[in-house]
Amino acid sequence: MKTYILQRLAIAILTLLGMSMVIFFLLRLAPGDIVDILFAAAGYVNPAEKQALLKELGMDRPYWVQYLEWLRQIVTGDLGKSYRYDLPAWQIIKPLLPVTLELAALSMVVAVSLGVPTGVISAVRQDSTLDYVLRVFSLAGLSMPAFWLGMVIILGMVSFLGWIPSLTYVKPTENFRLHAVQFALPALAVGYRSSALIMRITRSSLLEVLREDYIRTAWAKGQSGRVVIWRHALKNAILPVVTVIGIEFAFLIGGLVVTETVFNLPGVARFLVQAILWRDYPIVQNLVMFIAIVVILSNLLVDMLYSVLDPRVRYGS
Amino acid sequence: MAVRPLGVEIELTVPAAVRRREGAGTTLWRFIRKKPLGAIGGFLILVMAVAAVFAELLQTHDPIATDAAHTLAPPAADHWLGSDHLGRDIYSRIVHGARVSLIVGISSTILGSVLGGIIGLLSGYVGGKTDLSVQRLLDILQGLPLLVLALVMSASLGPSIQNVIIAISIPIIPRAARVIRSSVLSIREMQYVEAARALGIRHLRIAFRHILPNTIGPFIVLMTAQLGSAILVEATLSFLGLGVPEPYPSWGRMLSVSAAEYAQKAPWLVLFPGIAISLAVFGSNLLGDALRDTLDPRLRGG
Repeated sequence: MKTYILQRLAIAILTLLGMSMVIFFLLRLAPGDIVDILFAAAGYVNPAEKQALLKELGMDRPYWVQYLEWLRQIVTGDLGKSYRYDLPAWQIIKPLLPVTLELAALSMVVAVSLGVPTGVISAVRQDSTLDYVLRVFSLAGLSMPAFWLGMVIILGMVSFLGWIPSLTYVKPTENFRLHAVQFALPALAVGYRSSALIMRITRSSLLEVLREDYIRTAWAKGQSGRVVIWRHALKNAILPVVTVIGIEFAFLIGGLVVTETVFNLPGVARFLVQAILWRDYPIVQNLVMFIAIVVILSNLLVDMLYSVLDPRVRYGS
Repeated sequence: MAVRPLGVEIELTVPAAVRRREGAGTTLWRFIRKKPLGAIGGFLILVMAVAAVFAELLQTHDPIATDAAHTLAPPAADHWLGSDHLGRDIYSRIVHGARVSLIVGISSTILGSVLGGIIGLLSGYVGGKTDLSVQRLLDILQGLPLLVLALVMSASLGPSIQNVIIAISIPIIPRAARVIRSSVLSIREMQYVEAARALGIRHLRIAFRHILPNTIGPFIVLMTAQLGSAILVEATLSFLGLGVPEPYPSWGRMLSVSAAEYAQKAPWLVLFPGIAISLAVFGSNLLGDALRDTLDPRLRGG
């Protein structure tokens, strides 16, 4: 067990190192550098000023020095400085984190509580009308852009209720009910989309397990349908679902990027888009790296959970 | 048919598979009957393709011509799906948007799947340490959420159709490589490949001529499924202002800032482009599922 964890940890660190290289390289892919872009936006270029800015940003040094310097910063927790705000990046990102985490957690709750039961029902009633309806329902969720779903929800509330939740952020300490409503809608939009994959995996995994001998035995013993499905079958069928939930977490961040923009929530994901549009590259670089760390950590967590749930993983190769 | 040699009766049955060669029409009809949802998906994609190819014939107005006298017109006889804040006809823009969506979707899917496919083929065929290190490299590319990777790439490359295609294709590479690799791993062990190797055929030739054609099933399934996600990513990038630039009418950009601003006064600005995106993605998802069930029985049931 210990070697297994250490092994996974080593792979995770190597992957992160590789990802940091990819991110660093990607942001320097474009012809011209950040300083060019900044000056192009200003319309006027003073060579001396340009040199000064290059030096200030440490961009007059070779790439590998810059890369190593960035790695050092990440490891020591120094996230650099934002061009636009002229503030340490961490100071800007910190208040945004709870918003995104809350939304991500709520969306995940919606996704799981919508995806798993519909997947189970769909598998148990395989090829019935209900199965078809549920599958189309989940596939529709996968097909609608998250940002459009958000817009339609807002639009629908305006025309049917004549009321929409505040589109400026309300803190939970200020007005909890308003805060809850404000988060419920985007969580529904993102969660519905994410539930599709969970539903599909639950369905196919359960269908496979339901064909196994021990399930037939359970039926033959005369146990009730509820016990057979929820206690015997789902226990084994849930393993791939756990993996997908882990993967889904990464997928969810993509959904948050646009949903936070549509619902005007001051989270990290919306800030990433803004930083990209403002060409605030130190922020972009660090935020993407941050997302990479979150994704790798959640994958690691799933691996651990998997080895707890399924002893075969622990002792296998 | 009964043959009677030496007084023993032997029933000769012809295997169903060789009984007759089906025409394309019969195959298509069977697919429609057995997979109605897949057929609906195929139909939606077909409609989109027709709109993309014949956009000039189907349009009622110039999609980029502004008309100050008819801004935010509701759906009516003149503007079938209404007009936007600059008086541009929504219907004509959606028809032309199908072209942009399909060009970007298909090009990036093909680019990403072919590159990923070749990587997966070689990595799976060679195996061993090479395969292991390629797998780790793919892990790195797949670690980032698809949208975030595409977002950073298109921001870094700058807005143009070619760059959007590249930005969307890169995240497809690791996914394609995985799918092709896993089917190569099983094909590699088959006897006919062993026979080819015994005959002294060069490795590259075995990989590309003997193994590659047999991965066509999973490959088609992969491309259909990725098409939907590519269309969705394009729409999202354009919505955020990082996708297809003006003056091309793109479904995603039709939904961006201006649409949100006028949404209350003119809900058709938000509704129709979004429905177009959803139907296109829905179509390719439905078709992808049905094709997967038909061409790749191992994955059946998802």
